[in-house]
Amino acid sequence: METVVFIVSALIVLAGGLGVVSSRNPVHAALSLIATLFGIAVLFLNLGAQLLAVVQVIVYTGAIVVLILFVMMLLGVDREEDLETEPLVGQRLLAGLIGLLFLGAVLAIIVIGKDAIVTGTQSVTGAISPTVSNITQIGTELFTTYVFALEITAGLLTIAVVGAVVLSRRPNDLAPIPEPESMINMGDEPLTAIPEEGAH
Amino acid sequence: MLSGDPLLSGQIDLAVVLIVLLKVVAVFAFLLVATMLMIWFERKVVSDFQNRVGPNTAGPFGILQTLADGIKFFFKEDLIPDRAERRVFILAPLLTVVPAFLLFTIVPFGGDFSNGHDGSVELFGHTTYLQLADPAIGILFALAMSSIAVYGVMLAGWSSGSKYPLLGSVRASAQMVSYEAALGLSVCAVVLTTGTLSTHGIVMAQAGSGWGGFIPHWNLIATGFVPFVVFLLASQAELNRPPFDLVEAEQELVGSYHTEYSSIRFALFFVAEFMNSVTMAAIIVTLFLGGPAGPALLGPGWLWGIIWFLLKMTAFLFLFVWVRSTLPRVRYDQLMDLGWKVLIPLSLGWLLLLATFWVARDQQWNGFVTVALGAVVGLTGYGLLKGAIATSKARRLEGVVD
Repeated sequence: METVVFIVSALIVLAGGLGVVSSRNPVHAALSLIATLFGIAVLFLNLGAQLLAVVQVIVYTGAIVVLILFVMMLLGVDREEDLETEPLVGQRLLAGLIGLLFLGAVLAIIVIGKDAIVTGTQSVTGAISPTVSNITQIGTELFTTYVFALEITAGLLTIAVVGAVVLSRRPNDLAPIPEPESMINMGDEPLTAIPEEGAH
Repeated sequence: MLSGDPLLSGQIDLAVVLIVLLKVVAVFAFLLVATMLMIWFERKVVSDFQNRVGPNTAGPFGILQTLADGIKFFFKEDLIPDRAERRVFILAPLLTVVPAFLLFTIVPFGGDFSNGHDGSVELFGHTTYLQLADPAIGILFALAMSSIAVYGVMLAGWSSGSKYPLLGSVRASAQMVSYEAALGLSVCAVVLTTGTLSTHGIVMAQAGSGWGGFIPHWNLIATGFVPFVVFLLASQAELNRPPFDLVEAEQELVGSYHTEYSSIRFALFFVAEFMNSVTMAAIIVTLFLGGPAGPALLGPGWLWGIIWFLLKMTAFLFLFVWVRSTLPRVRYDQLMDLGWKVLIPLSLGWLLLLATFWVARDQQWNGFVTVALGAVVGLTGYGLLKGAIATSKARRLEGVVD
């Protein structure tokens, strides 16, 4: 049962990942990303990590990808793209090579390590304790052992939010940014609209 | 592992599988019938509010009107606009319906909670809860599903390839993402008070004879009203129901995200919307009003669980319709102000106050001093927020910043 669930969700994750890089349309790519994240959530469930699965769905699928899609729709960058042109020469080949290298490394570790790697211990394949729920354990750890890291992260996020607000509110008494030299004195028509004949 | 239900803790044989299947079918059927009745109920009550008769031909009191409409939708022509993104256009209505169905799986819709029972019932010789699933993550699952629900609306608007639906879906995503925070924070207050995420656990904590023997032990009182009010307001915004239905403001956006939809696809959006209303009422009842918990007056206890649940849910559904037919739609900036400047700070502050209260009880601090200090800190925070908003408004009026 566990293996079947793993195979199905791993296939979804892989198909989604391929969809992200190979879709012509950015919105389709974002949709594939959702499929990938959902697949990962199911993998978490399969490992007995219920809280991680739900957090994965709430945070990544429910908030981050929504914002990605939102920005795409708002800015209108949802047009089809040409996948043939390479912004950097040879980047596809290089990416493929690095991917193969990683695959080889992982396979090598599994082949060489054998049982030492695939241990099947409880801490990797299931909940740590059968009586105390994952949520309680994570909560206790967060607010005792890792409380300092937690507070620092909270501070960091607050600073990021304040920074974003400050950066996005441009004071308007600043002098407007002058047009670059190449854009002026080209003998073009002025950019203001000329009133049409008989306009009222 | 996936469930706290006693049914699944023992040996899983054919009977257990059949009981689970039976529950799936029962929940599915209940949800469909409830949605059908809700559409009729809403139309009927709104027409009462407006001095009209409403649907009255199909069946007694027009109760079969929804069925007739559904059949009509099936036989209508299914149009897909030329400029639509075909695949996503077809996918979007399904993406709204599926989370609407899944949301209900964690709602306890019955069970014997009277006289100190733990809500379990006997079904064919097996002990079980009257809810489809009782995962340890419980109410978080509801939050996850309601955060998924935005995709259907968003993608429907985008894939239609037309202006008004796109505007509607951009509004929808902004609105639903904003109000999810307030929704989550008020759920947090409930979880803090009951100490469990499981929906069955939340109902159990509210069961019993309560304070003084007659005031029920509901979270509505235990969390101090504020999270309840915040949740109620935020849930209406999350459901895109009036007065927060800016997503489909007909006067501005034609029909918004479902403008280009017709036939059964349109019907799916419609069904999902009402199904979400039913489920949200059920979740409010579970979180704040004790769900199926209540005294058994006469007859078997498990029956009274269902009766109490239905009664409480219907009361909330009536409230939804009442609000819808009475209040005018808010402006978009008012909507965002309410979400970000009122509901989120309020629920966050209240959550901190509740946490202080519980810590003080654990540590046996002086209750009066703790509450007074908490109130002072809360008021200072409120004052700072007010000051910040006033300053930013003044600076905007001065024209220093845009």
